[in-house]
Amino acid sequence: MRRRPNYLAGLGSLVWLFLVGLPLYVMLAATLQSQSDYSENGPLSFPKHFTFSNYSQDFHNGFGHYFLNTLLVTLAVVAIVLALVPPLSYAIVRSRGRLTGAAFRVFLLGLAIPAQAVIVPMFYVISKAGLYDNLIGVILPTAAFSMPVCALVLTGVMRDITPDLYEAMAMDGAPPWRVFFQLVLPLSKGGLSTIVVFSALQAWNGFLFPLVLTQSDSSKVVTLGLYNFQTEHGIDIPGLLAAVVLSMLPIFIVYLFARRALVQGLMGVGGK
Amino acid sequence: MTTTIPRVARRRTTSRSTGRSGAAVIRPSFAWAVPATLFFVLFAVLPLVLVAVLSFTSWDGISSPEFVGVDNWKALIHDHTMIQSLWLSVVITVLGVVVQTPLSILLGVWAAGKQRNRAVLSAVYFVPLLLSATAVSVLWRALLDPNFGVPAQAKWLFGDGNLLGMQKSAIGVLVFVGAWQYTPFHTLIYQGATRAIPQVLYQAAAIDGAGTVRQFFHITLPQLRNTMITSMILMVVGGLTTFDTVLILTQGGPGTDTTISAYYMYQRAFKSFDFGGGSAIALVLVLVATIISLIVVRVSGYDKMRSTSEGL
Repeated sequence: MRRRPNYLAGLGSLVWLFLVGLPLYVMLAATLQSQSDYSENGPLSFPKHFTFSNYSQDFHNGFGHYFLNTLLVTLAVVAIVLALVPPLSYAIVRSRGRLTGAAFRVFLLGLAIPAQAVIVPMFYVISKAGLYDNLIGVILPTAAFSMPVCALVLTGVMRDITPDLYEAMAMDGAPPWRVFFQLVLPLSKGGLSTIVVFSALQAWNGFLFPLVLTQSDSSKVVTLGLYNFQTEHGIDIPGLLAAVVLSMLPIFIVYLFARRALVQGLMGVGGK
Repeated sequence: MTTTIPRVARRRTTSRSTGRSGAAVIRPSFAWAVPATLFFVLFAVLPLVLVAVLSFTSWDGISSPEFVGVDNWKALIHDHTMIQSLWLSVVITVLGVVVQTPLSILLGVWAAGKQRNRAVLSAVYFVPLLLSATAVSVLWRALLDPNFGVPAQAKWLFGDGNLLGMQKSAIGVLVFVGAWQYTPFHTLIYQGATRAIPQVLYQAAAIDGAGTVRQFFHITLPQLRNTMITSMILMVVGGLTTFDTVLILTQGGPGTDTTISAYYMYQRAFKSFDFGGGSAIALVLVLVATIISLIVVRVSGYDKMRSTSEGL
């Protein structure tokens, strides 16, 4: 479109690259040297002796177990969202009933309920249900709070299926469940992958619910592990940053191989 | 000619009426929406009702909540920390919007270009998105450590280096870390929206002799208006509920200098075991967020939207 390269924009972009890249570089470099090397040389110097001991130490301190917990929470949240949201969106798009419209408005308003606002009653409910310090107690609210965005995204996608296709299926006398499985689901694959990625990210990066609803080491998730590491051994910066790198590694791998789906999921509402 | 047009029109109306009048099309019943709605009501709406109830009780988290009337609310009105926390939330939110909006528009428009170097750099820009808020806060806490972090090595820039030790610089750090974390996300939104602007507009402007700068101000920015609304609202809601960053970077300190409302609520409930008082603060947060969201739904027309291509 433009013939002339935009030098000013180029300069600005390099400044931003520096602001984004430097912290990431410092983080990686720190994790690859011993604690004494790091405090002696400072964060900005290049590591002299490479070591992976920070990473192995993190696993030794229980991060492997935290990973399993986070993975379990993530899988369960995605499963719940995938089971509940597509039928909901289908009803919102195709049903003309007042109740369905009301349900949609509940989810729209739910978009604005901050998780912070409900942690006290959530603590009450989960404790009463005997699910305190149990991963199920983390899974249920996390799934509920990723539903509004997922419903909005998927409803938007399903609305773009043309009415002709529904009419064609109606000619064959197809009941709603056949329309759902043979028409609606196959045609909203893009939306489905978006809500999978979005809810998975919510679960993987979730911090607040695990913070107030779990306590023991056995039900600790990665984000909480990071926080505890920081409050307890904050002085071991290479070990701490290695844990940060580990926590983002799975998402980074997804980013490398499924960039489009991940970006769509990250955008959630914004991307629609 | 005159006879064919009505015939076509009639054929169209008949085919439509079979679709609507319903013998052929069977619509899903409300039952399809029940499981999701029930689940959501149980784990999101009900707690919201409960938070209102708990705000009229005294509860230490272990024994049963006791009804105490409006005591928590009375205390809240006279609570300086609460009033200060609301003010701080507003300051941090406004600063966040002011810093992130121009940055993300410029970066987003820049990244929307199809040049190869832009694609490569954008891929790097988006890396902070892959980190959780917890990880970002832990990372910056380590980087800004006065003894082992960057300030210790760059004293010419950071002075004594204890950035989190004073209110102004601590707020600055919170805003900066927020921008570092969320600008890529908003950049992404603007990138997508910019790419959706019809090229015809730019071609017409180029014919009229408008340069890059004028095209940006007269075509790109007006076309991004709706995206700006969406993005700013996300920033406001996100800013008001900032929590992880404060918990990990400052713990609300020094003193209560960065105790924003969301953090104050957590502290009252889960650190001082005053769950009733915490609930009252939570309810204030909900009210603020709901008012904003109602404005959003009205302004953006989300509830009336019929297609994904609308409102972009």
